[in-house]
Amino acid sequence: MIAEFNAPSIDWFALSPLLVLLGGGLVMLVVAALTPPWPKRLYAFTTVAIAAAAIVMTCIQWDNISDSGPKFLVGDALSFDAFSMFGTIILCVAVALASLVTDDYLRREGMDGPEIYALFLMSTIGGVVMVMANDLIVLFLGLETLSIALYVLAASHRKRIESQEAGIKYFVLGSVSSAFFLYGIALVYGGTGSTNFNAIIASFDNAPGERKDALVLVGIGLLLVGLGFKVAAAPFHFWTPDVYQGAPTPVTAFMASAAKTAAFAAMLRVLVVALPNWKDDWRPAIWAIAVLTLAVGAISAVVQTNVKRMLAYSSINHAGFILLGVEAAGHSGGSTGEGMPRAMLYLLLYTVLVCGTFAVVAVVSGVGDDRTGLDSFRGLAKRKPLIALALTVFLLAQAGVPLTAGFTAKFGVIRAAVEEKSYALAIIAMVSSVIAAFLYLRIMVSVWLADGNDADAAAAEPLRVPFSSGLAITLCVGFTLLVGFFPNWLIDASDKVVEVARPLGIGG
Amino acid sequence: MIAAESGLDAGGFPILTALVLVPAIGSVLVAVTSKRRPEFVKLIALLSSVFTGAMSVWMLSSFDSSGSGFQFVSKHEWISTWGISWHLGVDGISLFLVVLTGVLFPLAIIGVDPHHDEKPYLAWLLLLEAGVMGSFLSLDLFLFFIFFEIVLVPMYFLIGGWGYDKRVYAATKFFLYTMFGSAFMLVGIIATVFLARDDVGKITFDLVELATKANFAASTGRWLFFAFAIAFAVKVPMFPLHTWLPDAHTQAPTAGSVVLAAVMLKLGTYGLLRFGVYLFPSAAYTTRAIFLTLAVIGIIYGAIAATMQKDLKRLVAYSSVAHLGFIVLGTFAFTSQSISGGVLQMINHGVSTGALFLLVGMIYERRHTRQIAELKGLQTVAPVFAALFTLVMLSSIGVPGLNGFVGEFLILIGSFATARWWTVVAAAGVILAALYLLWAYQRVFHGEPDEDNKSFAELRWKEGMVLLPFVAAIVFVGVYPKPMLDRIQPSVDALIAHVEDHSSYVQPATVKPPATEGTEAP
Repeated sequence: MIAEFNAPSIDWFALSPLLVLLGGGLVMLVVAALTPPWPKRLYAFTTVAIAAAAIVMTCIQWDNISDSGPKFLVGDALSFDAFSMFGTIILCVAVALASLVTDDYLRREGMDGPEIYALFLMSTIGGVVMVMANDLIVLFLGLETLSIALYVLAASHRKRIESQEAGIKYFVLGSVSSAFFLYGIALVYGGTGSTNFNAIIASFDNAPGERKDALVLVGIGLLLVGLGFKVAAAPFHFWTPDVYQGAPTPVTAFMASAAKTAAFAAMLRVLVVALPNWKDDWRPAIWAIAVLTLAVGAISAVVQTNVKRMLAYSSINHAGFILLGVEAAGHSGGSTGEGMPRAMLYLLLYTVLVCGTFAVVAVVSGVGDDRTGLDSFRGLAKRKPLIALALTVFLLAQAGVPLTAGFTAKFGVIRAAVEEKSYALAIIAMVSSVIAAFLYLRIMVSVWLADGNDADAAAAEPLRVPFSSGLAITLCVGFTLLVGFFPNWLIDASDKVVEVARPLGIGG
Repeated sequence: MIAAESGLDAGGFPILTALVLVPAIGSVLVAVTSKRRPEFVKLIALLSSVFTGAMSVWMLSSFDSSGSGFQFVSKHEWISTWGISWHLGVDGISLFLVVLTGVLFPLAIIGVDPHHDEKPYLAWLLLLEAGVMGSFLSLDLFLFFIFFEIVLVPMYFLIGGWGYDKRVYAATKFFLYTMFGSAFMLVGIIATVFLARDDVGKITFDLVELATKANFAASTGRWLFFAFAIAFAVKVPMFPLHTWLPDAHTQAPTAGSVVLAAVMLKLGTYGLLRFGVYLFPSAAYTTRAIFLTLAVIGIIYGAIAATMQKDLKRLVAYSSVAHLGFIVLGTFAFTSQSISGGVLQMINHGVSTGALFLLVGMIYERRHTRQIAELKGLQTVAPVFAALFTLVMLSSIGVPGLNGFVGEFLILIGSFATARWWTVVAAAGVILAALYLLWAYQRVFHGEPDEDNKSFAELRWKEGMVLLPFVAAIVFVGVYPKPMLDRIQPSVDALIAHVEDHSSYVQPATVKPPATEGTEAP
């Protein structure tokens, strides 16, 4: 019986990153819709500015957290810690890069308006709620906010039938996975008596008779299905190639980076923070999913001929690598160990890599966004050497070649896995990355080495590299190399994420 | 190779860092130079490679030949959070490999014309040099892995961009094979570091600290050793992981083949010594039978396969499989002579096979074929060329008085004491080498030249100048190997002492070198 409703006190300042994004999203949605079209590029750069402002606020909060420690907000519904701030930064980076790529894309494709940017921002808000969520219901709210905006975004290229198809496919399959997730929440609630993470942990201290482990375990399984769908882990990955291929390329970039980040952060938080007491039960499941994801991502990619599909499978392979970090975090319950920080670091570096790669794809795909076959990349080195060079850096980084961010990321999760003695998983991951390297080499062969039979046809329509995409690509290349050579500062920063907010008395 | 690092340059000029960075910077400079100024491109590439070569020779001259430890050490924090440092050093084992790398690249740049797209070609070649230098100099497992991996990228582009008909296939195969080996090594490296954490007292990737302080349980050490050994076995390449080599060699442009044969294959044999035997002495000793057997199979198989080849380059490629089998045999025989001979043979093979590839490249330049059947009677039209080919070939066969003999003889005599029957079989490989090379020579150079071969041009001055250093090295080492052995021997002895300390192995008294002097030339 709820006698009265006590509104929780809200620390508005701590929520400032979220509020900045929300305010920005509303500006884009309401103000931009009511005013005449803004000058060229202004929509995109406003979005970038909003994301940058959110990053600034996040950094301020990061400082506060370092000073005064993590805590809970809004009546324990959100957690305020380095983990959520790190995740927020990744999401803001993703939205900023995706907006830069979107800018010229919209004009080229004759698509209209600011609502794409508004949807990006809304989706980001959902993601931020997911990484902060300390309650399964709040997590679900974030998940739906993220997803619904993405369904619309995937279908936003109205002139392309593939885009419509991608939207519908994503929507139907996504809804099913949400249903799984929701049912999982219900079962965990049934088993532990609460949806709040703090209460879920506390329930473990109940007398054995009062706890319903079977319900919780089935619930965990269903939660994993829901989150596994969003991160594109096998065997819940079947939507990925179709949707990545069909969706407008900037949206694909956003999907591969932001959606993955939010879902992985949520997975880490749910499993490691809320359900560490069942870690011996869920860790083998993560192990199996990781192996399957690594294998499917690497092996299926080999036979593809469409670059967007290739990158979709490669993103599945990357998800497998991040699952290594999740598995490693499962050994220690995340309180120590490198699993969580390395998974988050991987997400940040992958976000930059994948946004950069898709930015190049968006440039190459040309009007209509459908020249994404391997043939369209033939002789790119002759036509646009700098773009070809940038793509090469991204592909080598994704393959895990040293002195790039991709190697730092892979080295980190392998290290985390080996530290927990998951040797088999580490070996499987590395071998899968060799198979996946074949796919990156195939793209590079097209770009650099293929004889330009079609080069004449392609030269007829010269490639134009728009300013904003060029900027995004340059930033991504710079970051990729910088982190490849000097990863120290980022490693140190990501090490902080293990200090997640936990209820008093639970030291992890 | 003891922990005490005799730092000759404590505070002085960081020559080893310069050896890595100069070609790297040269590569970047070449890459940013305008395509419309080809003369600058060539000049920058030449200057940076010649300068690197000069520095390596200078380093050789100031190398303390009595020291067994690492010299010219330079060590800086890099990724301190993970215990990774920029740690370079050189000892008798790596010394001549570094010099060979330094001298070979300018020769390859001068001696081989890429025919098209010179700018990226030179940029990749210089980057390759930086990577190879770094691999030979690294004393940090992480740093070594980075260099070991990074050399794949320039080599991939060199084979793929400037190679022959099936270049893309060969380049991809090369990349994936080597990366496959490295996959195990990366996990092995990290596992080594974590498992040694308690022994060393901290997380560190430093080779010297790990090798001297870590004590692995027997089975753990074996697993770790195998993880490393797979990567090196692919690189060497050891039977049955060698199948990438003939394709890569044959399809690579001449400079690529030269570099591949002369220095890149040595990454494998050098790695086995430095990161296999030194880091896991006990595991390497207890599993030596596997490696000895594979080495001997490689010697015989490589020789037989070479006999059957119709393509000159493929023939030389298979001969590499056989030659490197000798080096692995020497390594895993664990005697002072066999390992010294192995180290010396790494250089010898680099010189003679490098020269062979250059010569085959010159034949291809003239005739646009490498098929043995299409070449005939070249001796009549180009006697000087034939004479040089003969000399290099004899060196590769291992004829006394030339460099190949010294190395092979030391390996066989050293291995006989500890690995008798393997050595007996391996000795047959020496005869086979004579068979396939002489037979090939006979078919290509003897007889009356037909129409196509009549116009075969004689050796040009420039080609002669490029080959001259190779010939000089072949004869000098063959006649007077003592200066080299004097510098190699102390480090090898220290390595064997290290193995004796950390395993049940005791070197038979018969092959122990006299305590004061290095081994005399045979």
